[in-house]
Amino acid sequence: MSQSAVAPELQERPPRDPVVVFEHVSIGFEGKQVLQDISFSVRHGETRILLGPAGVGKSVLLKLADGLLRPDEGRIFVFGEEISAMQEKDLYPLRRRIGIVFQESALFDSLTVKDNVAYRLKEERVPEEEIQQRVTEALRFVELEHTLDKFPSELSGGMRRRVAIARAIVSRPDLLLYDSPTGGLDPITSTTIIELVVKQRDVYHTTSLLVTHRLQDAFLLASHRFNKEANQMEPLPEGHSDEQTSFMILNEGRLVFDGSTHDLVHSDDPFLKRYLS
Amino acid sequence: MKMNGIMPLTTLDRAAKKMVGAVQEYALLSGRALGNLFRRPLYGADIITQADTIGVGSIPIVILTGFFTGGVLALQTSASLSQFGAAGMTGQLVSFSMIKELGPVLTSLMVSGRNASGMASELGSMMVTEQIDAMRALGTDPLKKLVMPRIVATIIMLFFLTIISDVVGISGGGAVAVLMLGQDSSQYFHTAYQALRYADLIQGLVKPIFFGFIIATIGCYYGMSTRGGTQGVGRSTTQAVVAASVFIIATDFIISRFMIGIFGR
Repeated sequence: MSQSAVAPELQERPPRDPVVVFEHVSIGFEGKQVLQDISFSVRHGETRILLGPAGVGKSVLLKLADGLLRPDEGRIFVFGEEISAMQEKDLYPLRRRIGIVFQESALFDSLTVKDNVAYRLKEERVPEEEIQQRVTEALRFVELEHTLDKFPSELSGGMRRRVAIARAIVSRPDLLLYDSPTGGLDPITSTTIIELVVKQRDVYHTTSLLVTHRLQDAFLLASHRFNKEANQMEPLPEGHSDEQTSFMILNEGRLVFDGSTHDLVHSDDPFLKRYLS
Repeated sequence: MKMNGIMPLTTLDRAAKKMVGAVQEYALLSGRALGNLFRRPLYGADIITQADTIGVGSIPIVILTGFFTGGVLALQTSASLSQFGAAGMTGQLVSFSMIKELGPVLTSLMVSGRNASGMASELGSMMVTEQIDAMRALGTDPLKKLVMPRIVATIIMLFFLTIISDVVGISGGGAVAVLMLGQDSSQYFHTAYQALRYADLIQGLVKPIFFGFIIATIGCYYGMSTRGGTQGVGRSTTQAVVAASVFIIATDFIISRFMIGIFGR
């Protein structure tokens, strides 16, 4: 597959500028505080893994990063623009630079796999020939090019998740948001999905924010790299972890850890020790 | 004991806030969807698809409802009119009733039952499965892509469905008057036509424009505000049909009063 198929377009901003910045963000629903005073940033080319027990607001945080929800307090910047202060209509052009994989895939159930993946390209009035080529390439990336004319209901959970990844990367986004991409899947399918995330990270260096509650997936992502020649994921040498991958841990609405894999596994924090054990 | 006095007030306060919030959200949804009418992309293909689903798909029920309503009107009115020796006025009464009231109202109620529920369940299902969020995340405004085409298609198609219902209803009344009551066909259709004025036609054709707007916006509003999984979808569907039907009948009264004020009939 050609790199142009799913690689992000080069931007004119300095590469070390943060792509996502959260500044003291808080949000609540129906009187219940979900996120409190969250601050972090995601730099260009980084993959940040957001861990935490189920129901602590990880998906809410991801939706905030895409402007799908607005914070009650604080500011959120994406590509240098303050999305927390933008109107919905101004967010649509910005969202075209972001790919998101939803927890339950959120594929359009009345459209075929091909139309699902091609959706954004069609909206952008990309020529039909190019759509065909890019959709096929994106589906080949997730090894599902044989499912073009199937409907989402005819696919397994893992296949739907892979189609969702193809839909997210087909427009060559500058930022990828993964909302529990392995949630509810069996271990083998989960590994396949993580391999795709690793491939996207190591081959195309797309800035990513990944939410999960599964420690094994998070550490698999941090401890493996993608071998382009062998076209498969392989473990990094013993004691090494991917430098571009770092962790954040959310608990009871607050960010309780923000650092590297090394810092996480060597932390003395009682909660983190309990959580990782 | 003090709490007992405060609790109902708090509940009332919360309910009032919720109601005002719902009206505000409904007004915003309708306003934004209409505001999108002339902004690109225009989603012409979606409007045509919706027009086919809402309009063409509703033709059989509109024809059946119109025919039997016209028929029963002829049956009932002719019995009363014949007591005054005015059975020949049956055509006039049927055409008046069909064009000014029953055509627009019954057609709208039928379309509402079929399509307000359809819109609420379709959009509601998309809402609870995050498809609406996915659409927003993919850079598409759901109000423009999903709501606006439904409003435009419902208004246009309800206008023509009402005309079909009027014609079929008058014909149904004619069939009953001639074949069952033995009235003269030329007299029936002559009185049906002669008695009509432009004001009556305008009154009958303005209503479906408002009713179409009500059906689509209510259906879409309940769909887009669905919460709580499949149970929520079912609740939204029922609420959409009930609200749209009540709104149609209430609006019919207001429009009729307003039109009578303008045209004097």
